[in-house]
Amino acid sequence: MENIYLIFIVLLAAFLGFELIRKVPSTLHTPLMSGSNAISGITLVGALAASGTDHDVLTTILGTAAVALASINVVGGYMVTDRMLGMFKKKDRK
Amino acid sequence: MESVALIINLAYVLAAGLFILGLKLLSHPATARKGNLVSAVGMFVAVIVTLLDHQIISYHWIILGFVVGGAYGAWKAKSVEMTQMPEMVSLFNGFGGAASLLLGWAAISQQTAMSFHLLSHFMLITVILTIVIGGITFSGSVVAWGKLSGRMGAKAVIFTGLRELSIAHLVAFFVVGYLFVNDPANAVLLTLIIVLALSFGVLATISIGGADMPVVIALLNSYSGVAATAAGLAVGNTILIVTGLLVGASGLILTNIMCKAMNRSLMNVLLSGFAKPVEAGEKIEGEIKVMAAQDAFYVLEAAQAVLVVPGYGMAVAQAQHAVREMQTLLEENGCTVEYAIHPVAGRMPGHMNVLLAEADVPYDQLYEMDEVNPRMENYDVVIVIGANDVVNPAAKEMKGSPIYGMPVIEAYRAKTVFVLKRSANAGFAGVDNPLFFKDNTRMVLGDAKDTINTIVREFGDD
Repeated sequence: MENIYLIFIVLLAAFLGFELIRKVPSTLHTPLMSGSNAISGITLVGALAASGTDHDVLTTILGTAAVALASINVVGGYMVTDRMLGMFKKKDRK
Repeated sequence: MESVALIINLAYVLAAGLFILGLKLLSHPATARKGNLVSAVGMFVAVIVTLLDHQIISYHWIILGFVVGGAYGAWKAKSVEMTQMPEMVSLFNGFGGAASLLLGWAAISQQTAMSFHLLSHFMLITVILTIVIGGITFSGSVVAWGKLSGRMGAKAVIFTGLRELSIAHLVAFFVVGYLFVNDPANAVLLTLIIVLALSFGVLATISIGGADMPVVIALLNSYSGVAATAAGLAVGNTILIVTGLLVGASGLILTNIMCKAMNRSLMNVLLSGFAKPVEAGEKIEGEIKVMAAQDAFYVLEAAQAVLVVPGYGMAVAQAQHAVREMQTLLEENGCTVEYAIHPVAGRMPGHMNVLLAEADVPYDQLYEMDEVNPRMENYDVVIVIGANDVVNPAAKEMKGSPIYGMPVIEAYRAKTVFVLKRSANAGFAGVDNPLFFKDNTRMVLGDAKDTINTIVREFGDD
């Protein structure tokens, strides 16, 4: 039953994702991609449990490496997206 | 302890809501920056609340990983050149894939001899999916990064037996996967799956040429999200499932847009390395008319409406700032200046828009192909800078052309076309461009930045 529930979430989330992202204009597609780099760093949440709980050495190493990689995506992704979006300006500022 | 689990899950719902709101705000340039911030707050909430989990007892490894990764990410974000964005996104796709792979691996390595029997088939299958998709994303992204950054040749690498080797990999995934589900404690099988995933990622991307890299980046972007979703299924974490799918959908939509803009199917792009090189169709007859930059200035001085069509060549020549300067001078001269961006211009979706934004070109002066084509006749001058295939009329006129059927910016319908180009050679796709031979086309040969600067200087002397 638990698995059916998970698959249900998968379906709804995929549908929602398509609806949301279809509306992003092409001018913002590069920030969208770097932004999704950042969001895909959500793996960090899963990695925290693997590196912080009381496990054997291998699991701790794997978890810590996963935390590091996901952190690159989260921190780097959000920062570079912010930097890029800061450049987008409308006409008639002068 | 139940209440802690409830709080964590409620916070995850909140975080997912913030991600969704962030993406919604990203649908307009005016609100996009706020959207990114909202999304970052969502991530912060998700991470903090996870740390409250009572199972997490030691923080020093977490802090070490976060400090090392965060510092590298911050440095990269600060220092990257906008022309290098495709490489950076590609590299980050790879990190995302690798993180999921390690997570899937950790889900197995943390089991004890006793607990292996308790694992469900569903969990084991999702672990395999996580490792396979994560591994392909990682090694494929590294290859794409190598090609984009020039560390590897951009050409498609083909060798005999590549096709057979790829098929063998696909079969092996099923066989080894099946054996693993029945014997999850077997470390050899696990290692074998990881190795297979990594080598398949290399095989799949090495055979794709540099011109198709935008599609590959978008697709790997999608995979990095799907890998996170698979990891979420494996460890039973709903926030990973939902968020991963948002990314997966995003990458897939972009992949689809890019394929449509090239009039090719995804299969055609992915298997492009296997296709035979296309024979050149008809030979184009005619004469190329060359114009000096100084003469181009006189035409521009009299123009009322100018359209700029930039391509990756503009970024290579670093001409975007000079173009922006020319735009100001033209506007002061009473001329309207607009930009037309083809979906596959540049090395990733939306790449030209970012480069122009960096040069201070307002985003409301950038138009999509479908917006400018109907009013092409109204432009006195179209300036094509470092673009070739995206303005190639062969896509409409020549049935035999490899790009026949691809939607293009119909620059040839404008009153005058200036093509700024280093030389009169064929473009990236190796296709002759009949635009160069049209009566209303003038080739302004030389480095695009120098040419624009010459025009800017002429304006100053006036």
